[in-house]
Amino acid sequence: MSAHDCVQSSLAAALRAPALPVAGGDFAHGGGEAKRRMAVHRNTFIVSLVDALADAFPVSQALVGEPFFRAMARERVLADPPRSPVLTDYARGMPDFIAAFAPAARVPYLADVARIEALRIQAYHAADATPLPHAAYHALLASPSSLHRTRAVLHPACAWFRSPHAACTLWEAHQDLSRPSDAALEDVDATRAEDTLVVRPGLDVVVQCLPAGALELLDALRDGLTLGHAFQQARHAVPLLDDGALFAVLVVHGLVVALDPLPEP
Amino acid sequence: MHVRGHTPGAGCSTADACLPARAGIGFKPVHFTDLMGDPHPPAFIEVHAENYMGAGGAPHHMLSVLRERLPLSLHGVGLSLGGAGPLDPVHLARLATLVARYRPAAFSEHLAWSTHDGRFFNDLLPLRYDAASLARVCRHVDQVQERLGLRMLLENPSTYLAFAHGTYSEPEFIAAIVQRTGCGLLLDVNNVHVSCHNHRHDPDAYLQAMPLHAVHEIHLAGHARDAGSDGEALLIDDHGAPVDEAVWALFQSVLARTGPVPTLIEWDTHVPSYDLLREQATRAQASIDAAACAKAAA
Repeated sequence: MSAHDCVQSSLAAALRAPALPVAGGDFAHGGGEAKRRMAVHRNTFIVSLVDALADAFPVSQALVGEPFFRAMARERVLADPPRSPVLTDYARGMPDFIAAFAPAARVPYLADVARIEALRIQAYHAADATPLPHAAYHALLASPSSLHRTRAVLHPACAWFRSPHAACTLWEAHQDLSRPSDAALEDVDATRAEDTLVVRPGLDVVVQCLPAGALELLDALRDGLTLGHAFQQARHAVPLLDDGALFAVLVVHGLVVALDPLPEP
Repeated sequence: MHVRGHTPGAGCSTADACLPARAGIGFKPVHFTDLMGDPHPPAFIEVHAENYMGAGGAPHHMLSVLRERLPLSLHGVGLSLGGAGPLDPVHLARLATLVARYRPAAFSEHLAWSTHDGRFFNDLLPLRYDAASLARVCRHVDQVQERLGLRMLLENPSTYLAFAHGTYSEPEFIAAIVQRTGCGLLLDVNNVHVSCHNHRHDPDAYLQAMPLHAVHEIHLAGHARDAGSDGEALLIDDHGAPVDEAVWALFQSVLARTGPVPTLIEWDTHVPSYDLLREQATRAQASIDAAACAKAAA
């Protein structure tokens, strides 16, 4: 390793460990002045990334308050700096960090609310696709037997997950307010499990709390089952399934972008 | 690599197009509607490449619509050209995809490093100006120009730390890169002011030593002032304020030497109203117009 690599290594280490002294001999300034100038870089590194996370997770921040969220984000920035200059990738890892961050355990639903916010960012930047026109559904439903021979290609900008908490309702309670921290959560039963869908059929990202069975239906479609078999799987999980409500989820949110008929047997 | 000759100051970076030698603005999505409705839009826009590296969605929609109307400058902030390690081939490929998709009139990156051992610090970190880092930066610039198929513009940095064992001044170092790689120069006049202030250098002497013939774009931005306990202020390049009067003056002295150059107003933190940003661009345009008249009269 050349001497120059050593300079970059020592600077990089000093950025991540604010307590670490900078290697004084490397710089033209005296110790105190070098420290002050190094602090400009530490500040940019830490504050710019904490700001980026705070911007990306406004509801999570409202749930725990700005000081707690920023302190938590700072811990992550120091422990696990981004691996890519594309910072949307950095937001993706935040829910897992929160789930493992012991001081956040007193807000058990925090990581799952953050998961919705991370999925929104992913959906915002995901590939474009045109939802299947309604006429295609009419044609499909005109011969119900074809449901068992047709697979659905799902939109590239959609994701869903199950939370043991009311993550979706908690997220929704923070929307359309002048400040997310104004949300009224008294009536939310946070202990109720919920399934959440995040999808972007056009340019706008939609978050939707899913009806019972929809998650099983979407899992099955993603795994390549035909529509008919996917509904069967959902019915297996939720005996009193509302088929119409589930079909509406697919249609209303433009979740299907193409039909993929299996070859005739 | 062999690079064809270009007219100094014409803002040509790629084979396809040139930035006009007029004033442009850094595009922020929050200004999309105002910009689309502006009957006298700025002469070009610049975007940070890293904000358009997703597959689709609103960012690409907006950029595609704008690209139909205005010349585009693509400005990278994450390539780590000065990094000790090799350039990230995945990131280079993402840049190549963007260049192919939008055919920008210019592509620029910084004389700095931001990634070390696979970790990205979201900051432009300083280089020691010695023979080893010169060889490395030149290798990286060659690689970028080869991979993207264009002549890139290299931006001079804002610096705070000065290394004890450097062997080149910053202008000498930059001139050597320009000479060896054929790249152009993105002269950030605010960075010149900030660095010269922080290191007690004379900005005129600094500019005198810079390869101004290679300037194809200028950046103007605001900075912050950290007063310090002993009264020795440090200037900090935060792109969060109007362009400082001292930077406007330095801009005019640059234009007097280069003639009209495509000039961008950068404002990335505490993003202002569209009107305020536009006002700054109008002021830059007035200086460019004055430089054009002075050149015509000479």
